[in-house]
Amino acid sequence: MIFGEDVAGILLGGLAAGMVLFIVSVGLSVTMGLMGFVNLAHGGFAMIGGYVIVLSMNRLGVPFLPAVVLGFVLTAALSVVLERLFYSRLYRASELDQVLFSIGLAFIMIATVIIVIGPETQPLILPSWLRGQIDLGFTEYRTYSIFLIVFGALVALGLWLGFERTRVGAQIRAAVDNRRMVESLGINIDRLFTFTFAFGSGMAAIGGGLGAEFLGLDPQYTLKYLVFFLIVVAVGGLGRITGVFYAALLIGIMDFVLKKYLPQGGTVFIYAMTIVILLFRPQGLFGRSGQ
Amino acid sequence: MSAIETDQPGVRDFVYRHRLRWWEPLPWILAIAFFFMFPRHLGIGNEILVVILFALSLDLVLGYAGIVTLGHAAFFGIGAYTVGMLAHHGIWTEPLSGLVIAAVAAGIFGLISGLILLRTTGLTLLMLTLCMMLLLEEAANLGQAWTGGYDGLDTVPIDPIFGTFDFNPLIPSTQYIYILCVLFIGFVVVRTIVYSPFGESLTGIRENTLRMHAVGAPVRKRLVICYTLSAAIAGVAGALWAQANAYVNMSTFSLDRAATVLIILVLGGYGRLYGAFVGAVAYMVLSHYLAKLYPTAWQLGLGLMLVIIALGARNGILGIADAITSRFRGKRAVP
Repeated sequence: MIFGEDVAGILLGGLAAGMVLFIVSVGLSVTMGLMGFVNLAHGGFAMIGGYVIVLSMNRLGVPFLPAVVLGFVLTAALSVVLERLFYSRLYRASELDQVLFSIGLAFIMIATVIIVIGPETQPLILPSWLRGQIDLGFTEYRTYSIFLIVFGALVALGLWLGFERTRVGAQIRAAVDNRRMVESLGINIDRLFTFTFAFGSGMAAIGGGLGAEFLGLDPQYTLKYLVFFLIVVAVGGLGRITGVFYAALLIGIMDFVLKKYLPQGGTVFIYAMTIVILLFRPQGLFGRSGQ
Repeated sequence: MSAIETDQPGVRDFVYRHRLRWWEPLPWILAIAFFFMFPRHLGIGNEILVVILFALSLDLVLGYAGIVTLGHAAFFGIGAYTVGMLAHHGIWTEPLSGLVIAAVAAGIFGLISGLILLRTTGLTLLMLTLCMMLLLEEAANLGQAWTGGYDGLDTVPIDPIFGTFDFNPLIPSTQYIYILCVLFIGFVVVRTIVYSPFGESLTGIRENTLRMHAVGAPVRKRLVICYTLSAAIAGVAGALWAQANAYVNMSTFSLDRAATVLIILVLGGYGRLYGAFVGAVAYMVLSHYLAKLYPTAWQLGLGLMLVIIALGARNGILGIADAITSRFRGKRAVP
């Protein structure tokens, strides 16, 4: 293969992985930034959403895009219930309690899915229009990866617009920066939390479903990729959509390159990079300092 | 002592907080009784004792100093790999001094990483401890020539203790006594630290860091010292694990191990010395006999327990026991 094509292939593959990482992590970043909640069960919402998407396609014959919407809606609904019942009680609790609760919830999610559906991996069977290769002019590449990149970019753009240009977005941004001030302005912060949490979980669900093609989807997904989601959030900065976007692409491409050229232990560089970034910029690479 | 008014119950409790209570020899009697009653189950006994020591070290940072870490297995792994690599490559096979070397290695790493990491708090600290551990895990994976890479080191020859008592993974009675003795020493060390003025200042930092700064306590220095001591003890636990099992692998560094010891400590009750004992016994016995038969139900039950502890019963099994005994005795709650 020619060098240029190789580079393009790596970039495209990494971008596709990064987009999935972004879609899953963005909710985590916003909920952590907004509520200061260390939610280790976030991967669980991605896993459950992935199951809804994949199973509704494989068993009920729902077409691809409606299945993705269904995954978003059902997972968001589930997360509203959990948020109102449990999460909301722990917003002011210590980090340790939040960690324990969310690990426990993650275990419960894993066990429930194993009991109800089974421990085996669920394959994402793509519709015919997403299979095969697509000619991009300069190179041929997998259609699905290109779809992920386009979809991810659209999602990022939509979220950015929603965040920067809508009233709710402004409220969320304000609450990330100064929650008390927002509360004293008379904004119903509980409802804002619930909305954000549900939206973030729904996004995670979409990411779980779309990423099932190359990340795999089994109950252990919940904790398997958690570290990556957390790293993306920490590097990108809490509650920063653009930050998470860049961080996800960076980590996605890095991981893709490292897996290709250094399959054994290559992630060491990602961890090292995260440590260095967090030491010098505890608020993340793209976070705002001095809050 | 004459300067202190000791007639008030609160002051008396505080001044005599280090005194032995009547039930404190109980765990050790039980541990020795276990040796004679269940000679066939000493393998799991060894595991429990090692986990107790590991959980004790975590209790020091988490329960007393209030440092929330997700990466404590880093020090466990360093201890295990230190002993494992030295023995595997035929450099050092004497067990007792091996423990000391492991403690020093883990302690040095604890000191360095503590100096760097403990400048941060909250989520950043959580992520940094986690990444530090995963970094070590991947480093163990990379350094194949020394660490055996993904497969680990499957032969870790250890000399007989004092040149007489043989180490044999198939006959774990020697290890049991050996680990029990080391655990006892480790426990005495931790207990002494906890009831010393230094330990009391750690509790102060946990309860109110700003106020400890205000009264002039060197907060960061104390936290780093505590972190280093805890790292050294965790290193000893890892070294014991390597010696008793006669192998080392990457699981010693895993998030799984770090999370498990956290769960064990929380289950028993953190910040109360004996929580490590209760939690380790409860968790290990249940996981050993239940998890193999019904792994899914075990995970579900564990998840439910964690959720309940986080939402309500903050002090684990011992906390619940305390609440019950204090109800029986009237209002005299045990601290």
